[in-house]
This record gives sequence, C-alpha cells and structure tokens, in this order.
Amino acid sequence: MKTFLRNALFGLSVMLASSAAFAKDVQLLNVSYDPTREFYADVNQTFAAQWKQQTGETLTIRASHGGSGKQARAVIDGLEADVVTLALAADIDAIATNGKLLPADWQKRLPHNSAPYTSTIVFLVRKGNPKQIRDWGDLVKPGIGVITPNPKTSGGARWNYLAAWAWASQEYRDGAKVTDYLTRLFKNVPVLDTGARGATTTFVERGIGDVLLAWENEALLTLADPDTSAKFEIVVPSLSIKAEPPVAWVDKNVDRHGTRKQAEAYLRFLYTPEGQRLAAKHGYRPAEPDKVPAADLARFPEVKQVTIDAAFGGWKKAQAEHFADGGFFDKIYRPR
Amino acid sequence: MSAVLQPTLRVIARRGRRPLPGFGLSLGLGLAWLSVVVLLPLAALAIRAAGLGVDGWLRAIQDPRVQASLKLSFGASLVAALAASLAGALVAWVVVRYRFPGRRLLDALVDLPFALPTAVAGIALTAIYSANGWVGRWLEPLGLKIAYTPIGIVIALIFIGLPFAVRTVQPVLEALGHEQEEAAASLGASRLTTLRRVVLPELLPALLTGFSLAFARALGEYGSVIFIAGNLPYRTEIAPLLITIRLEEYDYAGAVAIAALLLAASFVCLLAINAIPLLFAHERRGAKRDV
Repeated sequence: MKTFLRNALFGLSVMLASSAAFAKDVQLLNVSYDPTREFYADVNQTFAAQWKQQTGETLTIRASHGGSGKQARAVIDGLEADVVTLALAADIDAIATNGKLLPADWQKRLPHNSAPYTSTIVFLVRKGNPKQIRDWGDLVKPGIGVITPNPKTSGGARWNYLAAWAWASQEYRDGAKVTDYLTRLFKNVPVLDTGARGATTTFVERGIGDVLLAWENEALLTLADPDTSAKFEIVVPSLSIKAEPPVAWVDKNVDRHGTRKQAEAYLRFLYTPEGQRLAAKHGYRPAEPDKVPAADLARFPEVKQVTIDAAFGGWKKAQAEHFADGGFFDKIYRPR
Repeated sequence: MSAVLQPTLRVIARRGRRPLPGFGLSLGLGLAWLSVVVLLPLAALAIRAAGLGVDGWLRAIQDPRVQASLKLSFGASLVAALAASLAGALVAWVVVRYRFPGRRLLDALVDLPFALPTAVAGIALTAIYSANGWVGRWLEPLGLKIAYTPIGIVIALIFIGLPFAVRTVQPVLEALGHEQEEAAASLGASRLTTLRRVVLPELLPALLTGFSLAFARALGEYGSVIFIAGNLPYRTEIAPLLITIRLEEYDYAGAVAIAALLLAASFVCLLAINAIPLLFAHERRGAKRDV
C-alpha cells in the first residue's frame, strides 16, 4: 500500500512538473453566447497568429458557447472564463454583482461601452412577404404568427422585446397603449423557445409563424445559405434598437491564471481594423465603421436605432422594470 | 427453488454468519458513493429550501404562474404515467408471451428512451407533431394541435416513461408462466375471468411500481418536453422550465422552492413504490390464512 501511495505521488508530481514546463503555452477561455461561434473561431485564429508574431508566445484560445444567461451563471458558479463576450451588459453585470469577479464599472474600460461591434433587431419573413409585414405595427394584426424566444431565458429575446417597446413608445406616447401593444404582440406568439437558435429552428425548419424577430447578424447568417435565402427575406423596420453585445476580461480569473496581459490584448484586438473587418464579415455592425472598407458595410442598411441607455436608462433599470419577477413582461403575460 | 433455498439461508442466519464476506466494507463504500452522488446534492437543496422558511416557500409556490406550471406538470405526468402503464403492460405482454420475428429487436427498442439524449427525443417528436410534420400535417386540418399544446407534453412524457412500465412488468410476466392460466382454464374459467382473477392480481404490484416510476420521472423531465411544449406562460410552461427561468433571473430561492416541491413529490412516489410489495405481501398472507 505504501509503495502504491509513493508511486502515485511520484506520478502526480511528474505530471505537475511537466505541465509547468509547458507553461509557455498560454491558454485563454472565452465564454461567449450562441451565435458568435463562427465569428470567434475566426478571431481566435487571427489573433493567436498575430500574438505569436509579436511575442513568440503560443496562445491557445478556447471558446465556450451557449445561451447568454446560462453562460453568465456558469461563470458565477465557477467556470474559469478569462474573458466574457455576452449578448447583453446585464449578464456581465450579474457576474459583477453576484460573483464579484470584476468591478461594477467594467463597461467603462473599453471604448463604445465595451461593445466593439453592434447589431440590431430585424424581421425575417417568408419570401415575397406574403403577409405584408413592413413594420412593428403589422405584428399585432390578427392571424400573424410572431416567433421570438422567451425574454426570461434568452438575451436576444430581451433585445426583441425592448425594440418593440421602443417603437411603441414613440408611436403611441402613452403608457397604457404601449402595454396594450405588447400584450397583443405576445398574444400572436405561438411558441416561446428558450433561446434564439431554437426560435430560428422553429421558424425556418418547422415553418411555424410568419415573422421571426432576429438579430441582424443571425438573419444574415441564415440568408448566407442559398437554400434558405431562396425562402426568406429580411425586412428592416422603421425603428429598431442598437444591440450592444459587450466584452470584458474577468479580473479575478485572469489574475489567478496570470493572463491579464493576453486577455486585454485579445479584447483590444476586436477594435483594430482587422478585428472590425472580421466583425463586419460575420454580420455584426462594426463600432468604428471608418476602419472598415466601405464595400464591407454595404450589407448593413441605414436604420434608426435607439440605445438602451437613452431609451431605457441602461440595462440595470431595464432589467428591473421589464424582466424581473413582477416586471412589465409578467404583467403583459397575465392569464386571459 | 426458493422453497429449497429458504432452510439453508435460515441456517446461515442462525449461525450469525453471512454467506458472503466483505459486508462491512461494501456497505461502507456503497453508502459513501450514495452520499456523494445523491444525498449530498439533495441535502444542499433541502438546506437551501429550509433557509426560505415556510412563509417564503408558500409565497413562491402561490405565485399564479408557478401554480399554473405545477398544475400542468402534475396533471400531464399523471395522464402520461397512466398511458405509459397501459401501453407498457401491453408491450411487455407481447414481448413475453408471443414468439415472432423481430421480437428481440422490439425488446431492445423499449430501452431506447433511456439511452437517447432527451433533447434529441424532444426535437424529433416536435418535428413529427408540429403543423408541417409527418403526423401533424394530417391532424392539423382536423383541428387537432399536438405540438405546443399540453397534448404534446403528454406524448413526450409517455415516451420517456414507457421503459419503466415495460421493464417492471416484464419479469413478473415471465415468472408467472402459463401453468396458472392453464389451471384456471381447466377449472372452467373464461378468458376474461382468468385475466381478471389470475393474471391481473399478480401483475398489479409491478404495474403500480411502473406507474410510480414513470410518474416521478415525468415530473422532473425537462429536455424532451421544452421543445414540444411551446413554453407559453400559464398554458404550456412546465415546472422544471420555471425552475431554470428562476435560475436565469438569479432567483435561487424561487428556484429552490419549486424544486423542493417536485423533489418531495418524487420522494413520496418512491416511498409508495417501496410500500407496494409490503402491502401486497400482507394481503396475500391474509388471504392464505382465510383458506
């Protein structure tokens, strides 16, 4: 037994020593949300090559994808993310307040509210737009099936909901009418999927509903497939919301891993011309469009956008008023 | 067989020695494993639930949305467990009593819902039953909607509950043999009487066990249901989904309150399962004494 223990300990120390010898290979873990899979695969490759050239260090960047809220909870519960790149600031706020892993003012550390790229909410409709859906007002007509995920479980769905709210407040300028509009809108929702990808499947594969409320980058990705682009088209509403998926390094984790330098450089890379060009390539609107050739911007139509800060007083307020238990979303979804 | 074994076992017991060595060690290891894997997480849940207090717990449970989801979860699980028990008994009967080509394949198929990731099952069922699916496209014109309604939830729950019903009834049917039925027939019992007075009483404990297992499983099922449910609050939102929604809201207390209720219900089910054989053993002894 003693020899066994001694051998086991020896084996363990050999393993530890050898992993220390490989310490030059630095690893970063980027915990992100669902539709950024392809984008970050591209970014990671480009950045790692650049970093190797600049510092001689081999950098391996691993990525984890899932629903934004789920990912935030995983980080709070101990998933050792070096950087988080999530769908909305509220999810990183949750990591700051519930997990105390980064300072509360994290959003001021990088330009443009820490959002290197943005997107907006558009409509995906069936080819030829048979139900003549042009703007938000058309969504509450009887017989229109609206597909959107559940704002309680999906970050993307919260942007959808707030975009509808922003349009309605501008159109009606009366609280009761706005609430009534959203109640009618969600009455037209036949299925509440838990995430954005699920909603896309419901609409595109199963053929349920007449209009899908989607992130522009998701819609562009869907249409990149010739099969689907023959069946669907994008409708840009008169007003939408500027969806800012923010990024942040997680201080507690980078300090523990000794990866602060790499993590910061990785996120700042997103703001360089190279990073901005990659964002545009994957359907995100670059935060600094002047760094990107005009040809790459042609796919993004001009659209009037409100920001979460101007229209809703920031995510903290929006979250508490609309999506927390007993908030507006619960009110418009009372039993009828 | 067991009648022959009984005296030997009794002799061993009287001598105070066990027939196999290592009882203490294996019991210790078994308990340790059980603690780490099952008891510890459940204890953590119970402690968190206790931290809520009765007031907090009641408040969380009485929320109308929680109430609606609990009604749906318990109702759909009950219907599904009943249906799974009936269908399961039938499948077990067919597999045990008849010899036909493909019997072994059918027998193996029964376990498929155990092996398949439940999300895959959910997506497959939705694809079949939604408005333009293989089955749904024929039912929709008749005004019968399955996917995104409680009916769809029940179907998903029957799917995952079926193996429990089959696998609990099957061994009992195998052990039953033809002899009793033949004896009953030779004494002039009709087929229906034989089924009612000879076969069913033997099967009942197993049927009830299968039912309770299917019910407990259905209550906690998540993966296969959320795809076909449609997840509309107050209408097709199941309790396990509401637990995850509470977690998404970082409302751990709210999640724990619902989870504790589901856990308690499942625990009652399992207790009932364990009580069933005792109940029947007692009854049978009583019956023998009457003769």
